Amino acid sequence: MKILVCISKTPDTTAKIAFKNGNSQFDDNGVQWIINPYDEWYALVRAIELKEKDASTVLHLVNVGGADADPIIRKALALGGDEAIRINTTDLHDSFYVASQIAEVARNGGYDLIFTGKETIDYNGSSIGGMVAELVGLPYISLATHFEISGATATVTREIEGGEEVDEVSLPVVVSCQKGMAEARIPNMRGIMSARTKPLKVVEPIEAPVFTTIQNFELPPPKAGVKLINPDNLSELVRLLHEEAKVI
Amino acid sequence: MVLIFADQTDGQFKKTTFEALSYGAKVAEQLGVHAEALVLGTVNENLNSLGKYGVTKVHHVRNEVLNSFDAQVYTQVISEAVKATGAKVVVVAHNNTGRAIAGRLSARLKAAMVPAAVSLPDTTGGFIVKKVVFSGKAFANVSLNTDIKIISLNMNAFKIAAVEGTAEVSVLDIPVEAAKVKVVATNKVTGEIPLTEATRVVSAGRGLKGPENWGLVENLAKALNAALACSRPVADSGWRPHHEHVGQTGIAIAPNLYVAAGISGAIQHLAGVNRSKVIVVINKDPEAPFFKAADYGVVGDVFEVLPKLTDEVQKFKGV
Repeated sequence: MKILVCISKTPDTTAKIAFKNGNSQFDDNGVQWIINPYDEWYALVRAIELKEKDASTVLHLVNVGGADADPIIRKALALGGDEAIRINTTDLHDSFYVASQIAEVARNGGYDLIFTGKETIDYNGSSIGGMVAELVGLPYISLATHFEISGATATVTREIEGGEEVDEVSLPVVVSCQKGMAEARIPNMRGIMSARTKPLKVVEPIEAPVFTTIQNFELPPPKAGVKLINPDNLSELVRLLHEEAKVI
Repeated sequence: MVLIFADQTDGQFKKTTFEALSYGAKVAEQLGVHAEALVLGTVNENLNSLGKYGVTKVHHVRNEVLNSFDAQVYTQVISEAVKATGAKVVVVAHNNTGRAIAGRLSARLKAAMVPAAVSLPDTTGGFIVKKVVFSGKAFANVSLNTDIKIISLNMNAFKIAAVEGTAEVSVLDIPVEAAKVKVVATNKVTGEIPLTEATRVVSAGRGLKGPENWGLVENLAKALNAALACSRPVADSGWRPHHEHVGQTGIAIAPNLYVAAGISGAIQHLAGVNRSKVIVVINKDPEAPFFKAADYGVVGDVFEVLPKLTDEVQKFKGV
């Protein structure tokens, strides 16, 4: 079996969110970069687990980005990827452009399984998986919480409105992964050592259109400040929630 | 024309669908065009009644294949409906179904798509929609630069507006491909308010000390008619199910009222809840970072405050 896991580089979850150049760009000064948590903790680790069950599995990683993504790609290789492909682009593009690049890799790679995280924690698009599936012409199961494979059939549990659903689908398939798929891991020393020599291919992007552009960013208006209520006077809190906040 | 995909579950429409319809109607009004709805599969409700959310027409594709969800099939049908009706703006709710189809639709129609949208479009010099980025810590104004535009509307981002009126229902005959995804089981969480649809949420963290104390949280939630949520450590320790975990890597919610008990308010937790309209924080540590993001705060022991607050809410409601 051949698996492709899409990994994105995002600011660390504790990074301070600020903007520069007239709020047109993310201010990455002092920001630590990580593998997007949904891509790492759920998509990649589940793929590694599948490889552990079936040693003949080939696990590829794909990233669309510049050389500054190489450290997070090496970390993904240390966790357990066999080989990585980086589509070399540093320009700011939209989801469709990124998906077009991944779709090109997917088409040429003959993958049985393509995993993405449910969304990135920076753009919060949750669109790459669906776009890739559509461009390649594959079925797509989103927001998966469990994934099992038996022969050429995948059994996937996904979140639906007010519950979950268990689906069966024949490979190949694109799946977006979220909490429940797997547990986060840390790379071991052997993994870190072997990652240094694993192939990281850098390929140039294909021509693809861009449909959207970000005009500027905004921070939410600051809170007015907390109103403290004495724990012995909680009727006052109820009154405020009713009369002032009008939420009960 | 603005076409709103009116997503249904088991033949019924949900709150997020009504939000999408109301939003789509407002977009149409702004553009001086009609708003129309698209319904797929068998429904138990009178489709004329969708007129009260501002749509003039409901296109109904009745094929039974559509009674179970396959993103590929839905995308094919919605794309055909967009072409058949000449829609220029497509609105979907950014719920689990919307997330599964919005990207596919964008790729199929070669149309710009904005996910997790929170504003009406600014059409003064283009078509710009505000969306959530950095997991709720900021917003981006996104310009949609194609002829057809798709908006995936974040939940609780637009108020449902009921108007007078009924919609004309028209059956749309679109050939439907065979589904490749077979649904073998569904497990619905029954008797609870789904977290993403709740207007009020009561949430608790490690300060509750153990799952055996959750009765205190449940009682307050019940008194407030609120859904239950929890912090990540609580879900990770198995005290509460994962589907209740709100935060950066859990569910992002935007209720009218969010009550957090015994949660310190790490930045990752705030990311999932900071779009709540009103935040109440109960914590014995006055230095808890959550107080900085709160509207109302109670510095006190959750084991004392929760039962007292529950009593006060019940008193207020005359129970």
